[in-house]
Amino acid sequence: MYKLWATFIKDLRVLSRDRVGLTLMFVMPIILVIVITSLQASTFELVNENKIQLIVCNKDAGELGKQFIHGIFNAGLSNIADVSKELTQDQVSNIMHEKDALIAIIIPVDFSSKILEKATGVSSKALTNMGVEGAVSEYTIGESVTLFYNPVLQKSYLQSINGALLSALQLVESKQILNSIYFSLNETKIPEALEQDILTNRIKINEIPVSKNGSKSIPNATQHNIPAWTIFAMFFVVTSLGSNVVKEKLSGSFVRLKTLPTNYLLSLLSKQITYIAVCLLQVVVIFSIGVGVFPLIGLPALNLPSDLFSLFIVSLCCGWCAVSYAICIGVFAQSQEQANGFGAVSIVILAALGGILVPSFAMPNSFHMLMQLSPLHWCLESYYELFLEGGAFSDVFKNIFPVICITLVIQILTLIKLKKIQII
Amino acid sequence: MDKLALQIEHLSFSYPGQVTNCLSDINLNIAEGEKFGLLGPNGAGKTTLMSILTGLLPFQNGSIKLFGNEIKNKNKSLNKLFGFVPQDFSFYQELSPKENMEFFGAWAGLTRVEIKKRSEELLEIIGLTDVRNKPVAQFSGGMKRRVNLAIGVIHRPRILFLDEPTVGVDVQSRTAIISYLKELNASGTTLVYSSHQLNEAELLCDRIAMIDEGKIVANDTLSNLLSLHNEKGLEGLFLKFTGKTFRD
Repeated sequence: MYKLWATFIKDLRVLSRDRVGLTLMFVMPIILVIVITSLQASTFELVNENKIQLIVCNKDAGELGKQFIHGIFNAGLSNIADVSKELTQDQVSNIMHEKDALIAIIIPVDFSSKILEKATGVSSKALTNMGVEGAVSEYTIGESVTLFYNPVLQKSYLQSINGALLSALQLVESKQILNSIYFSLNETKIPEALEQDILTNRIKINEIPVSKNGSKSIPNATQHNIPAWTIFAMFFVVTSLGSNVVKEKLSGSFVRLKTLPTNYLLSLLSKQITYIAVCLLQVVVIFSIGVGVFPLIGLPALNLPSDLFSLFIVSLCCGWCAVSYAICIGVFAQSQEQANGFGAVSIVILAALGGILVPSFAMPNSFHMLMQLSPLHWCLESYYELFLEGGAFSDVFKNIFPVICITLVIQILTLIKLKKIQII
Repeated sequence: MDKLALQIEHLSFSYPGQVTNCLSDINLNIAEGEKFGLLGPNGAGKTTLMSILTGLLPFQNGSIKLFGNEIKNKNKSLNKLFGFVPQDFSFYQELSPKENMEFFGAWAGLTRVEIKKRSEELLEIIGLTDVRNKPVAQFSGGMKRRVNLAIGVIHRPRILFLDEPTVGVDVQSRTAIISYLKELNASGTTLVYSSHQLNEAELLCDRIAMIDEGKIVANDTLSNLLSLHNEKGLEGLFLKFTGKTFRD
């Protein structure tokens, strides 16, 4: 037991003097998690709170153009900048570049007149269909509202803008049709209260996140990013541990270790204990930053799951898997360059496959099999089960089991290689 | 002959993929308490033989017995019997001499108390007490050689294999190392010493074996070899057995 303790202390000492390794293991993931979460939080804000500026060129002389703009404002696109109605399409696009705006619309000259014409036509058709006699007036669809957008705008966001514009447009049209029908039947203007009842008092959509523990907290960028990038950080120990194993293997100290009456497996066991402790420390540090520091820098705070025991088990299993992978890379690599290069690149690939970089639901079907081979995927699913779905240990186990299986396979491969090169 | 510390019989060895043997039919007996020198030019097979004796290289042909125990059986507990001072620095450069001794002492099977006592004793002997807590990476070549030696003997081995233990050190460090090795031998440790430093071998060894192209070409006490071959010094004897052609 003392041998193991002495080896553990030696590993801690060596690690504590490896400043580059410590930076890679602690400082880099912290910077990464803050940067990515800030970016995603601001994107969420941009999309959900519609903070993108909309340039409006209203060429319409009538009232309906103004109502349409008001409708857009009410639909959530509150950052509206009016520009002169005299501007051409080219000038509008130039203003977009100048103001760094992502979207602009041009309301055509005949906007009001054409909507009124359509409202009269549609109401006369409707009344005729209902048996109320009268002349049916014909109408033509007016010129389109033109939407300019910066090509960098994501399709999903463009669709959301389009939806807001269509909703505002529909409201303007419906109001005019309703007014026209009411006037034809009653020869008076529709009472405002009735108009409001018909057009705006609609059933709302109540959004409720479904979690296993009944919590109704809304997931945010922090809840998604902190577990994901913590896993990435844990697996990134490959850059320190993998090269540490190779360095030891190639150094003179390894020659001495092989001549002493102790099996090299003890050294690997000690490295596992040391680096699992490092991984758990990474979890504590990054999660603490999420809970305590994020709100101070304007980011949503991390809500820790209520089942802290499961959180510990998941972190332990993820750490063990990450450390086993790093040791395996170190054992197979012939040089530190190989361990660092292959280790880092393979972690990025496994992270991409595992859903850390791209959400797993967005993966093409052909990648689903590969995704399941990535331990990072199962680690992420386990954390999401706790952080987003409020799962208990029984829910987490189905995701942790594959992590344990992958870890055991990695360990067996490592032992086979060590046996083959006669180190154990 | 006294009780044998090391007995090598018909040892042959070749590296994987090599057609010719690196070591051919080596036979050597080294008695307990002896100071034995293994000399030879570059590439003669000295380091290979040391690596086999310390279990770093596996061998198939022949037999090696350490205090009567066959080492081919790969019994790790036999490693307690010997110490090894390799040619390369074999410790953690980022650790201090004290920390290195704590770790390697534990791996050699010593207890915490034994390590503490032995470390203090050895640091005093090798003159590194004042810098015991400094990282070895900051040391000079001579200081590192002394640390290398101290770690090799921390567990008081019955036999010590030394592969070029004084290469690249100044006269002061060399003198200190040789002097300590003599003390160690006087206390009962068998020394198997390999080097290019012929004057050191003359100073230290009771008996020498010369190895060339994987074969033992001479094996006797230095005085016997000198008188038998009518040479005045080890250098002349060495050139007589190994020739003057380059071996690099």
